[in-house]
Amino acid sequence: MSDAKKVLTAPVFDNNPIALQVLGICSALAVTSSMANALVMTIAVVLVTAFSNLFISIIRNHIPSSVRIIVQMAIIASLVIVVDQVLKAFSYQLSKELSVFVGLIITNCIVMGRAEAFAMKEKPGVSFLDGIGNGLGYGFILMAVAFIRELLGFGTVFGVEILTLVQNGGWYQANGLLVLPFSSFFIIGGIIWAIRQWKPEQVEKD
Amino acid sequence: MSSNKETFGKTVGFVFAVCIVCAALVSFSAVQLKPLQTANKLLDKQTKILEASNLLEKAGTKSKDIVATYNKYVEAKMIDLDSGDYIEGDTKLFDERRNARDASLSSKPENDIAGINRRSNNAVVYLVRDDAGKVDTVVFPIVGSGLWDLMYGYVGLEADLNTVKSVIYSDHKETPGLGAEVMNPKWKALWPGKEIYDDAGEPAIELVKGGAKADNEHGVDALSGATLTSNGVTNTLQFWFGEEGYKPFIAKNSGGLN
Repeated sequence: MSDAKKVLTAPVFDNNPIALQVLGICSALAVTSSMANALVMTIAVVLVTAFSNLFISIIRNHIPSSVRIIVQMAIIASLVIVVDQVLKAFSYQLSKELSVFVGLIITNCIVMGRAEAFAMKEKPGVSFLDGIGNGLGYGFILMAVAFIRELLGFGTVFGVEILTLVQNGGWYQANGLLVLPFSSFFIIGGIIWAIRQWKPEQVEKD
Repeated sequence: MSSNKETFGKTVGFVFAVCIVCAALVSFSAVQLKPLQTANKLLDKQTKILEASNLLEKAGTKSKDIVATYNKYVEAKMIDLDSGDYIEGDTKLFDERRNARDASLSSKPENDIAGINRRSNNAVVYLVRDDAGKVDTVVFPIVGSGLWDLMYGYVGLEADLNTVKSVIYSDHKETPGLGAEVMNPKWKALWPGKEIYDDAGEPAIELVKGGAKADNEHGVDALSGATLTSNGVTNTLQFWFGEEGYKPFIAKNSGGLN
């Protein structure tokens, strides 16, 4: 039981896919301009990673190793399309903004990485948890970055005004840099530094 | 790993089976969710048209009320853009974006300032009536290049077909915080009361960098930090209310709509 818990929680801080494994940076730049987008992206990635891990783990003993990457891709791509379809059906506004990035989950290194590194070796149940855990680890960084970018770039959190902008008659001059995707590099760098200060064992040896 | 799962036949068979299962999953979800998606798309469009005619507040946020309000007040009519006449056609199935890609249903504008490349020959305009049944707003769909991609939206004009009621963008890929400020309610609030045409009858509406003067009835403040998006908005409006846009229709109907 404690093993299951460890698989689920370790990726959030101890083995974070973005901060330690440095996977999935691309989408972390693209979808973090608002917290609502980041949240939907998190949910989508959690679902895709969890279920792709589950299915791949179920059939892991039958996958011929010569075509295993293609089989993994087929499963991941199908799941991504399903998630995109569901989003279009139930949350049209968000899907309009996020459709491109949801499609790109297929190429999100975290999903492939966990399928290849974990699900190909482990049992379905624990693989499923590993998928959820890694999705949450990814989501944790995403939400942290989105919080900083949305608060300082737009003065809002989840669209609710916290700092009143100058153009709306307030005092806060929005930081235009944080609106642009590459500002995430600085923030993710800062987060990686903070986590490694807190957990020095994550620092690579020279 | 046992070697017997690596034979050619087993590999092909396995891949085939995985493909069948995945294809079934994808098709099932696509077909099952199609009605919901179509309804969402339609609702989104109707919401924008109501917003462009200032009826959205009245309709509220419930999707049922939006559809009811739309059905009560809005009438979609197809027009031929070159002649400006009403024509027969199924407005529900009309898809401007699909038509613009079809050479038999669209043409290349001679003066393509909006950067749309091809323009559908027909368009659907939305006549919005008041409670007495008189047309009080006409909503025109517009499209034109912004900085990154085409921007789609609607312009609501009052019954004189000159005074702007609203400029509502529905679909764009502009930079958040800069060009995407076309969605900002503060900016949208600058539009009502502006006039499209000057005294000579030419489209004069434009965005003015550095801010439009208060007495400029054709000018609206440009978006700060988004010159190319602002130019795109100006060109889009100039195109769609010019000769190759809705001007023939407007010229024929400026005496009053029914």
